[in-house]
Amino acid sequence: MNQKFKKQLLTDVLTVVIGYVVLTVLMRTGVINDYIKGILLMACINIVLTVSLNITSGFLGELALGHAGFMAVGAYASALFSKSIGLIPAVEFPVAILIGGFAALIAGYIVSIPALRLKGDYLAIITLAAGEIIRNILKNLDIIGGTKGYTGIPGYTTFAWAYFVAVICIFASKSLIQSRHGRSIISIREDEIAAEASGVDTNRYKIIGFIFSAFFAGVGGALYAHYLRFLQPGIFTLNKSIEILVMVVLGGMGSIRGSVISAVILTVLPELLRGFSDYRMLVYSLALIIMMLAKHSDKLKLLLGKLQPAALRKETGHE
Amino acid sequence: MSGINQFLMQLINGLNIGSIYALIALGYTMVYGIAKLINFAHGDIIMVGAYVSLLCLNTGMPWFLACIVTIVVCAVFGVVMEKLAYKPLRKASRISLLITAIGVSYLLENAFQLIFSANPKPYPGFITLPNIKLGSISIAANYYVTFIVSVVLMVVLNLFIQKTNVGKAMRAVSEDEGAARLMGINVDNTISLTFAIGSALAAIAGILYSNCYSPINPFMGSLPGIKAFIAAVLGGIGSIPGAVLGGFILGMIETMVKAYISSQLLDSIVFTILILMLALKPSGILGKSVKEKV
Repeated sequence: MNQKFKKQLLTDVLTVVIGYVVLTVLMRTGVINDYIKGILLMACINIVLTVSLNITSGFLGELALGHAGFMAVGAYASALFSKSIGLIPAVEFPVAILIGGFAALIAGYIVSIPALRLKGDYLAIITLAAGEIIRNILKNLDIIGGTKGYTGIPGYTTFAWAYFVAVICIFASKSLIQSRHGRSIISIREDEIAAEASGVDTNRYKIIGFIFSAFFAGVGGALYAHYLRFLQPGIFTLNKSIEILVMVVLGGMGSIRGSVISAVILTVLPELLRGFSDYRMLVYSLALIIMMLAKHSDKLKLLLGKLQPAALRKETGHE
Repeated sequence: MSGINQFLMQLINGLNIGSIYALIALGYTMVYGIAKLINFAHGDIIMVGAYVSLLCLNTGMPWFLACIVTIVVCAVFGVVMEKLAYKPLRKASRISLLITAIGVSYLLENAFQLIFSANPKPYPGFITLPNIKLGSISIAANYYVTFIVSVVLMVVLNLFIQKTNVGKAMRAVSEDEGAARLMGINVDNTISLTFAIGSALAAIAGILYSNCYSPINPFMGSLPGIKAFIAAVLGGIGSIPGAVLGGFILGMIETMVKAYISSQLLDSIVFTILILMLALKPSGILGKSVKEKV
């Protein structure tokens, strides 16, 4: 068992390092130009957002519609910090990312208090409401620009930062899910009453799931803020939450690998299909409906099974 | 004196928007009661209703015919939506149903955006009755027509559900689907009918809403939809009088907040009410709290 774990760790580390080296070499030699580099960077940010949303929506089994709100909290908090404090970037940026993460974590904790009493539909609505409240408050805060937007954020996010933060997020999520705590979280999704009867402190693990997810949403927001260098409350609407949700659903709820793959695909694809950008949300919404129908209809399952195995994989915690 | 006048005007505004919320909330509450589904797309039916009626009016159809066509189209639309997207998922987990509902809502919004473009379209209001003068304030025709139409519809709907056989079947299905089936009730038809009635109400709400708040755009339905859902929760989801009460309360709160506290923080306040309500009394004002069975 231990041997197997070590071997797994070694291959994972190797994959990460080789992936990074290959990408940097390609960038240095100019095979990957700045445009593609930007897309890859966005893909890394989306990986952070998707994997973190998958913790609540996939593993905990509660639909959260306020992810963009937590992302906004992280983005604004980190931007406020790095704009007002003048340290060297190598120190300032990691601190800003952490501040973004923890600000979102606190927001997530506050939301989780009423959310604990509810589940299913009502929980989804509460998270939606929380996201809208956050956006509404940001709109009315003048020190961060209000509706006009927050400008002049230092552009610290480089590809290397985004890449390694994404890697950390994936590893943290994986370790959480594979740990005792992760199994408790999954048990809540499978059957909350049975989990409670087996001695799982469901409230505690719901909070853990929530704040873990919110933390990385904030981290993703911090990366985003220092990449775009401009923030506006209009970025973080329900649409953004749904976009991330589409990535989670398409990759397979409860599959971290699936989340990573679909986050990359759904970032790259719209860029390749620029001419179809009008149809993007239409296609996304159709994808959501078809995925859900396919999961529950045998005929469609057979039809789609050949096309999209990852997404149709049963919702399991095994990754 | 003018302070009181202003207050009365706000009261009338509140009743106006409240009656629209109540109409939409009725659809939400009926569908939730029977299908146990928050139909996110319900708000978008308002938008569909607005566009269909606009198309009809633009062809020169008289207004009552346009209304009838709109109601029928939306009712059929609701049933088709239920058959295609929700029926196959009746046994699926709640999260799948919710995601599908969100998908349907976005599909409608974006499809309409592609067809009619995102530009707002002016809506030719057709309610041209004279204003009513009450003392020193005059009430625009839009306002009292909306109020009267909504109240009449609510009363009719309540009678329909309480007195007719079909209404009884609806209540039976919402109470226990399996038992209702055993009693010989056609559950599928009952659910379809519920969607049809809910969508028809949303269509009427859409027409009334567009008359008061022209122009219309493909995303006009989402915010009233969410607000109406809050109204349904406030009153106790699944309860018809609750939806009406919730609609009026929410309409009042909204206009009063807008007038006397802050219009910028309006949405925050409304959503905070929702969160507090859900956290403190999830069953709502008139809803029954149901114990979870193991």
